[in-house]
Amino acid sequence: MAVSKIWVFAEADGDKPAGATLEILTKARELAGTVEAVFVGTNADALAGELGAHGASKVYAIDPGDGLPGVVGAATLAALVGEHSPDVILFAQSYDGRDAVARLSAKLDRPVLTNGTALSVDGDTVVVGTAIFGGNTLVDTAFDGEGPFLAAIRPKSFAAEPSGGGAAEVVAVAAADAGRAGEAKVLERHVEEREGPKLEEAEIVVSGGRGIGSAEAFGPLVDELASLLGGASGASRAIVDAGWVPYSKQVGQTGKVVKPKLYIALGISGATQHMVGMKGSDNIICVNKDGEAPIFGIADLGVVGDVHKVVPKLIEAIKAKK
Amino acid sequence: MNIAVTVKQIPDPAVPGKLEGDHTLERAGKLILDDSDAYGVEMALQLAEAAGGGEVVLISMAPNGEVSGLRTALAMGAARAVLVSDDALAGSDSLGTAKVLAKAIERAGGIDLVLTATESTDGYTGTIPAQVAELLGWPSLTFAKHVELGGGKVTIQRQTENGYDTVEAALPAVVSVTAGVVEPRYPSFKGIMAAKNKPVDAVGIGDLGLSADQVGWAGARQKIVNVGAAPEREAGEKIEDDGEAFGRIVAYLENLKVI
Repeated sequence: MAVSKIWVFAEADGDKPAGATLEILTKARELAGTVEAVFVGTNADALAGELGAHGASKVYAIDPGDGLPGVVGAATLAALVGEHSPDVILFAQSYDGRDAVARLSAKLDRPVLTNGTALSVDGDTVVVGTAIFGGNTLVDTAFDGEGPFLAAIRPKSFAAEPSGGGAAEVVAVAAADAGRAGEAKVLERHVEEREGPKLEEAEIVVSGGRGIGSAEAFGPLVDELASLLGGASGASRAIVDAGWVPYSKQVGQTGKVVKPKLYIALGISGATQHMVGMKGSDNIICVNKDGEAPIFGIADLGVVGDVHKVVPKLIEAIKAKK
Repeated sequence: MNIAVTVKQIPDPAVPGKLEGDHTLERAGKLILDDSDAYGVEMALQLAEAAGGGEVVLISMAPNGEVSGLRTALAMGAARAVLVSDDALAGSDSLGTAKVLAKAIERAGGIDLVLTATESTDGYTGTIPAQVAELLGWPSLTFAKHVELGGGKVTIQRQTENGYDTVEAALPAVVSVTAGVVEPRYPSFKGIMAAKNKPVDAVGIGDLGLSADQVGWAGARQKIVNVGAAPEREAGEKIEDDGEAFGRIVAYLENLKVI
């Protein structure tokens, strides 16, 4: 039983597919002849063109009403697998992707492999690669049982490339009954003004750690520099734990994994769990008072100095060049 | 208002991790309360207090009957614990672990709300909260950065990519809380002394009605096919700031055509 049909749990960023969705579709079409998307939302028609251009021949569209997308997605996927028999179902390691694959795993009684950064087919099983121990060790795990095989993939593990395919055929599917889980209702959505790119998709990321000294320093040092460079701001786990910035900014193995063209680490020592979140960056610059901090071991340019002295001057110089 | 909190006891994250010969994580040394779970314990204590009383019950799966991390959480104020320890659990994956935790929660009895972290610090598979909810047949409200109880319902602010959503469900339910959501209290001396005598219901998988083929390596239905070192990233230039180091950064940025 080779792998011939892969489903991808698609997510949207406004009226476009999420970057991670397009990356996973691109990988899926390398591995299987039939690739289809499953989308929970109301604007599948707007996404069909790009989903198709990246390899999805169909998109099953499910309207969640006021339910949680991950919950509605899992219930409906469970209802669909019997009829359609996908060999593999792939999710992004995102908030809704995690909810969906988790509930589906328990519903179908199938294991799930998460934090995948590599994916391959080996005969009639699938192998998921991930990094552990701060990214120093790579582990490949194969499923050993019946499908469908469930996996969650980290954003930026694969490059998104259009295949030139036509628009995906939109097939509306009724949301399945999620039982008590369906009782969770979204009452209100609060969209915070985000200036600049999303953290996982930014070409440039500027992150702050304990060395910036206080919550109040994050704006003027980290956000300001990120904004000037057209990038996104991120944070180490230490300052998220301290409540200085929200969890959504966390870069690291329990936060987001980023692979920007440029990563600037300010006041970050480089705990292994942080480094696994950013050591794939093309260029790394760090500023830290402690010259022995592990972050210097992976930085292309390391400045041993006080962020409060270096960064304001850097900001001034960049402004002068604009 | 009885609140169960799943807590993991993990090797100290400051010490480099090691794999055993069978590719499981080495857990032979001292195990401590995962920092991620301190938030859940604190939130549970605060919610129980605000609701006018009730117990906070810890639920933990750990090797070798380990209790040291549990004692830390009991010292914070949790009332009792259910601890599942069994040789058959070695090699458990996320789904196997979720099966154990769900059964342990049912064994604890009378639970209105389950709090968990969003992921553990050592394994960070990130799926157990919603897997547990599915196995219990309860709603899962995940990535909560704010939690309120009232009128038999739980309402959270759920972190999203672009802000947050307000999400509500009737109890009983499972809620996972993000890092930094509350500031965990330090156990008092009195709390530490009291913790020594708080009940820990120590059970094996048989007590939970689970069999060895549902958990551990046998139940995981996956096998590790390769373990290798990742390519090393090397350091580049390192300079001391003499007041002018910012200039070197500017030059680097210009070279990258970022400015």
